[in-house]
Amino acid sequence: MTLDARTDMPVSLTVNGRRTAGIVPVRQTLAGYLREELGLTAVHLGCEQGSCGACTVRVDGEVMRACLVLAVQAEGCVVETPEGFSGDPAMDRLRERFATRNALQCGFCTGGMLVAARDLLAREPRPSRHAIREAISGHVCRCTGYEAIVDAIEAASHGGTAP
Amino acid sequence: MRAAPFAYLRPNSLEEVFAALAQFGDEAQLLAGGQSLMPAMALRMARPGVLVDISRLGELRGIALEADALVFGAGTTYSQALRSPLVAEHAPLLALAIPHIAHEAVRSRGTLGGSLANADPASEMPACMLALGAQVVLRSAEGERAVPMEEFALGTYTTAIEPGEILAAIRVPLPETARRTRFREIARRSGDYAMAGAALVSDEAGEARFVLFAVSDRPILVSGAPNLDAVLAGIDTEVEFFPDNHAGIATKRHLAGVLARDLLSRSALKEAA
Amino acid sequence: MNDMTRPIGRAMPRAAARRHAAGRGRFVDDIAPAGCLHVAFLRSPHAHARILSIDLTAALDLPGVVDAFDGPACAELCKPWIGTLDHFPGLRSPEQHALAVGVARWSGEPVAAVVATSRAIAEDALDLIEAEFEELPAVTDIEAALDPEGVRIHENYDSNLAFRLDLNAGEPDAAFAGAAAIVERSFRFNRQTGVTLEPRSLLADFQPGTGELTVHHSTQTPYQMHDVYSRHFGIPEERVRVVAPDVGGSFGLKLHVYGEEMATVAASIRLGCPVKFIADRYESFLTDIHLRDHRVRARMAVAADGEILAMEVDDATGIGPFSVYPRTSAVEGNQAIRLMGAPYRMQSYKGTLSVLFQNKAPTCQYRAVGHPIACMATEALVDAAAGALGLDPLDIRRRNVVPDDAYPYRTANGYMLEGLSHQACLEKLAALMDYDALRRDQAEARARGVHRGIGLAVFVEITNPGPAFYGVGGARISAQDGCTVKLEPSGAFSIAISITEQGQGTEAIAAQIAADRLGVSPERISVVSGDTRTTPYGGATWASRGAGIGGVAVMKAAEAMRANLLDLAGTILQASPEALDIREGVIVDAETGTERMSLAELGRILYFRPDTLPPGTHPLLTVSGHHVPQGYPFAFTNGIQASHVEVDPDTGLVKLLGHWVVEDCGTIINPLLVDEQIRGGVVHGIGGALFEECNYSPEGQLLSTTLADYLVPLASEMPDIRIAHVATPTKTSPLGAKGVGEAGTAASGAALLNAVNDALSPFGAVLAETPLSPERVLRALGKV
Repeated sequence: MTLDARTDMPVSLTVNGRRTAGIVPVRQTLAGYLREELGLTAVHLGCEQGSCGACTVRVDGEVMRACLVLAVQAEGCVVETPEGFSGDPAMDRLRERFATRNALQCGFCTGGMLVAARDLLAREPRPSRHAIREAISGHVCRCTGYEAIVDAIEAASHGGTAP
Repeated sequence: MRAAPFAYLRPNSLEEVFAALAQFGDEAQLLAGGQSLMPAMALRMARPGVLVDISRLGELRGIALEADALVFGAGTTYSQALRSPLVAEHAPLLALAIPHIAHEAVRSRGTLGGSLANADPASEMPACMLALGAQVVLRSAEGERAVPMEEFALGTYTTAIEPGEILAAIRVPLPETARRTRFREIARRSGDYAMAGAALVSDEAGEARFVLFAVSDRPILVSGAPNLDAVLAGIDTEVEFFPDNHAGIATKRHLAGVLARDLLSRSALKEAA
Repeated sequence: MNDMTRPIGRAMPRAAARRHAAGRGRFVDDIAPAGCLHVAFLRSPHAHARILSIDLTAALDLPGVVDAFDGPACAELCKPWIGTLDHFPGLRSPEQHALAVGVARWSGEPVAAVVATSRAIAEDALDLIEAEFEELPAVTDIEAALDPEGVRIHENYDSNLAFRLDLNAGEPDAAFAGAAAIVERSFRFNRQTGVTLEPRSLLADFQPGTGELTVHHSTQTPYQMHDVYSRHFGIPEERVRVVAPDVGGSFGLKLHVYGEEMATVAASIRLGCPVKFIADRYESFLTDIHLRDHRVRARMAVAADGEILAMEVDDATGIGPFSVYPRTSAVEGNQAIRLMGAPYRMQSYKGTLSVLFQNKAPTCQYRAVGHPIACMATEALVDAAAGALGLDPLDIRRRNVVPDDAYPYRTANGYMLEGLSHQACLEKLAALMDYDALRRDQAEARARGVHRGIGLAVFVEITNPGPAFYGVGGARISAQDGCTVKLEPSGAFSIAISITEQGQGTEAIAAQIAADRLGVSPERISVVSGDTRTTPYGGATWASRGAGIGGVAVMKAAEAMRANLLDLAGTILQASPEALDIREGVIVDAETGTERMSLAELGRILYFRPDTLPPGTHPLLTVSGHHVPQGYPFAFTNGIQASHVEVDPDTGLVKLLGHWVVEDCGTIINPLLVDEQIRGGVVHGIGGALFEECNYSPEGQLLSTTLADYLVPLASEMPDIRIAHVATPTKTSPLGAKGVGEAGTAASGAALLNAVNDALSPFGAVLAETPLSPERVLRALGKV
C-alpha cells in the first residue's frame, strides 16, 4: 500500500456550537486555526510551547493546550473556546466573579484561566483553595499574583453546583 | 516559533502505521499525545518530514485486566489512567505519580506510551513502569516482542524501539502478594519536571524495587531495596548523575539520598499505599 | 455630599474586566488587516561576533517571502540611536542600530529581517539565509567586565564602564571606626527578565500615498514611541499615529526601544503595507530587556543601642552591550545606590556604582526600578545587625525608621521625603500578622525540627516623577499628562486621557475621578486611552505616575467642565452657579438637594436648542486639563512587608506560608484595584527572589529560553497576601494619591530573603544570592 502524506488537509469541527469546515495547512495548530481562520482571538498565544496555559480550550469535554494540537487533529471534535460556553451557568458565574473580584488585569491569561476553572468545577463542584491553586497552576498570570483568581473561582463554586 | 514544514498522515490501523514507517523510513515520526513532540517542533528542534498521527488509533486504546498483567494500550492518556478503577486497584503507583505530571490540560492528551517512547529521563512514567517491573510491547509488521523496562530505556531520548516498530502496549505484571507503593518527586513548582524523583514498589515477601528518576540519563533501578543502607551505597556506586538547569550533580546526588531515606525509612514503608 | 456615594475611594470593578472575561479583549495580534505581512528575524548565534556576510538570496527565493534586509539596509531608513541622557554625566553608550551593523554584541541580537505572508514562512526563510560570523571573545560576567586588562566590548572605549557614580554623605569612615558592630554581606542578584504574558507586539502600517505611519503597538508609552518613530524615520509628527490597544502586561518592559520594532516599521515603509511583529517566547527571552543583574558588596555600622550609623555600598551592575534607548540603563543602578538605607535615620553613606557593558541582552527599567536591590541589601544588613546585637528584627527597625513626625526629611542620599509613615506602618503590620504569635510558633516548630522563618522589609518607593526624571536630561518623554472631557447630549461624559492602561485600572480610576468631580456615576463616563491621535499628549504610564499625575489632569478637566456646566445651568435656571451642584447626574440646589434639571436636559438644550440660550452664549462643552508635579521631584511612598516561610533543610525548598503588606500610597481612589496592584507586585518580587533567573553559559549563550527553564511564580506556590493601609495624602498632588504599582515589588523579595535566612539561622547558614534556589539553600547549608 502507498500512503499519501499531505501538507494541506480538509478539516471539519464544531466550535462553540457552530459547524465549521475548511482546508488547512497541516502545520497549523488548533490555536492558530481558531485565531486566524475563525477569529476566536480570546485563544491567546503566550508561549506556543504548552507552558503558559493562555490558549487552553475544551475539546470533546477535556481541556487541552490549543498550541499543542494540530488543527487537523481536531477533525470531528467539539471545541469550546473562551468566547463560547454560552448558556453555561457555571461559566456565567465564573465570568461574573472574575469581573467583580478584579481577578484579571491585562486579561491575556483570562480565557485559559476561565476554561481551566470551568473544567475544575465540572470535576469538583466545591474545590478547596488548595485544589483551585493546583488546578490553575498550569496557567501563568503575571498581573494578579493569583489570589484574586482563587477567590473568584471559590466564590463562583459557592454560587451553585456546576453541572 | 512555528513548526518547520512537514507532511501529515493519519493511519486508520496499525497495518497502515507499519506501511507508513516502511514507506517514509527515517522521515517518519509518530505523533501520539504530542505534549513533548509538539513543543520540540514549535522550537524547530524536532523537524520530522512526515508526521504519522497515531493519536486516534483504537488499537492503541484501552486498559485491560488480564490474568497476569494490567495491560495499557500505548495511547492511554494520563487522564484516562488516573480515572481508571483498574489502575487504582492494581497499579496505585501510577495514581500517585500522574498528578505530578504537568497539568490537567497536558494530562488529558499526553499518553503513557508516548512518555515511554520519548524517554525523557525526568519523566515519571518510565520510572514508575520500571519500578513496577513492566514490559513494553513493541509491534512491527513482522510481529511483536516484549521488552522489560530494564532493557527499554537506553539513555536520554533513546529506547530499544527498532525502526519499523511501534510501542503498542505496556504490561504491568500483577503481584502475587499485596504491593505497597510510594512516590515522591522534588520540584520547584507544582507540575515541573522534578529535580529528583523516586518510586518504590515493595511486597509483603520483602521484595522491593526502588527507582530514581530525573537524576541520570534514564530511570535507575537502584539495587538493595528495601534496605536503606544498601540503596544509599547503590546510589554512590550505581548511578551516573547528570545535571540540569536547576540542579547540578552534587545536588542531584544529595536529593537522591533524601528520597531514599524518605521512601525507605521503616515508617515510610509501613505508610506506603 | 455623602462620602459613601462618592466615586473616589470606592472599591469598584473595572468595565474592562467584563470585556476580557467575555473573551473580547483586543490585543495587537488580534488585529489582522488585509494584506498583512509577518516578519521574523535572523539573530546572532554568538555573544560577540563580527558579521562577515549575510546572503539573503535563497531566502528571497522562497515562495511567500516578500522582502529581506540586513542591518545596513535597515539603517537607510532608520536612524541609529544612543541611549544616554545629560543628567547622568559621564554615561556613555555607542550608536545602536535596529539590526546589527558590522558587529553583533549579544546572542540573539537581530541581524536581518525576513518579511513573508505568514510568520511560519518567514521562519522557513531564516533557515535559508547564509550568514557568516567571526566569533569574538565575549565579556559575560561582571568581574570580567571590570577587568582593565580584559576584553573590551566597544573598541572606541577604554574600558567596559558605561557609567560610574560615587556618593558620599556625612562621615561614613568615622561611623565605621566608632561602630559597636559592623555587618557585611556580598550579594549576588542574578539577572531576571519581565515575561509579559502577551509578548512584545507591533503592527506597522505605512501608507505610501500619504506618507502616514500608523503603528498598533503593545506599549505603555505611545507618545514616547510616536516621537521616536517620527524622528528616527523622518516622518513629520503629525503623520504618525501610535495606538496601544489592550496591552497584555507591561511592567516597564514595553516602554523601551527595541530593534525588532524599529525594523518592523522599516519593513512597512519599504513595502508600503502592514507588517506585523509578534515576538515568540524564545525571542522574548533573548531580546526583551533583562533586569537586576547586580553584584553588591555592602556593610553597615551600628551603635550598641542598635542605631544604624552608616552604610557603605559597592554596586557593580551589568547592562548588556548598550545603554537602552531612550531612558538609559543607568537608572536602575542609580536608584539602587541612592535608595540604600532610605527608610532609616542613618546620615552617613558611601556608595559606588559601576554600570558595565557585557555581551548579554540589554537590561533596563522594570517594575520597581532598582528598589528590590536596595531593599534586599539594606534589609538583609538590618537583620544581620539585629543578629549581631541580639535585637529583635522588628525592634531594630522601630529604633531606626525616620519618625512619622520628622518630615519633611532629607535622606543621606539627598532624596527629600515629603511625608512618610514608617512608624504607623510598622505597628499596623505587627498587629496584622500577629508578630509575637508567629515568633512563638517559630520556636515551637523549631523544637519539632520544622524550620520556619519570619522576614521583614521596610521600603521607600519613588512615584510621581516630575520633569527631573527624563526631560531635563534631554529625553522627549513628557512629564505632564492631560485629559479631555466631553459632555455627551444624554448627560454622560467621555474622557480622553494620556495615561495608559495595561490592566492596572487606569481607565477605571480616571472614570472614578471624573465622576467624582462631575457628580455622576462612573458608569456614565466612557474612557479613551492609548491613541496618540485622539488623546492629549502625555507621559503615559510608568514609575507609578498614573493616578498621581494623570489622575490630577482628569480632576482638573472634570472640575473645569463642572464649572462650565454649572455656569450654563445657572444661566438657564437663572440661579447663581455657586448655589447649584451636580449630584447623581442631576443639577440640584446645593443647599436643599432639590432637583433643578437633569444633565440630560442640560445636554439637550446645549446641543440641540442653543437658540434658547441668551445671545452671546457659546458653551464650551469639551474642556481639557493638564497637570505636572511641581516642587518635590518625586512623591515617595512607604510601607513594610513581612514574609513567613518554611524551609526544608533536606531539599532546600522554600514554602511560602504567608505574606503581609502595610503600605501608604496616600489617597486611595479604588481599594479593590490598589490591593490587586500590591498583590501582583508582591508576586513579581517573590518571583525574582525565589525563581526567576536568566542563566547564561560562560560563552554568553542564554540557557533559560523557555517557560520550563525560566520559572515564573505559579498559583500553586504563592501564598495568600494580607494587606492593610496607612493613608498619608501627598500635598504635592491635589488628589493626594501617590501611586501604588511598584510598592509590592519593592520589598517582597527582601522580606522573603530575610525570612529564609531567619529560618536557617539555627544552622548558621546565610544566603546572599538570589534567586533562592534549592541548590543555593543546600549550598548555604553545606550539604552540596
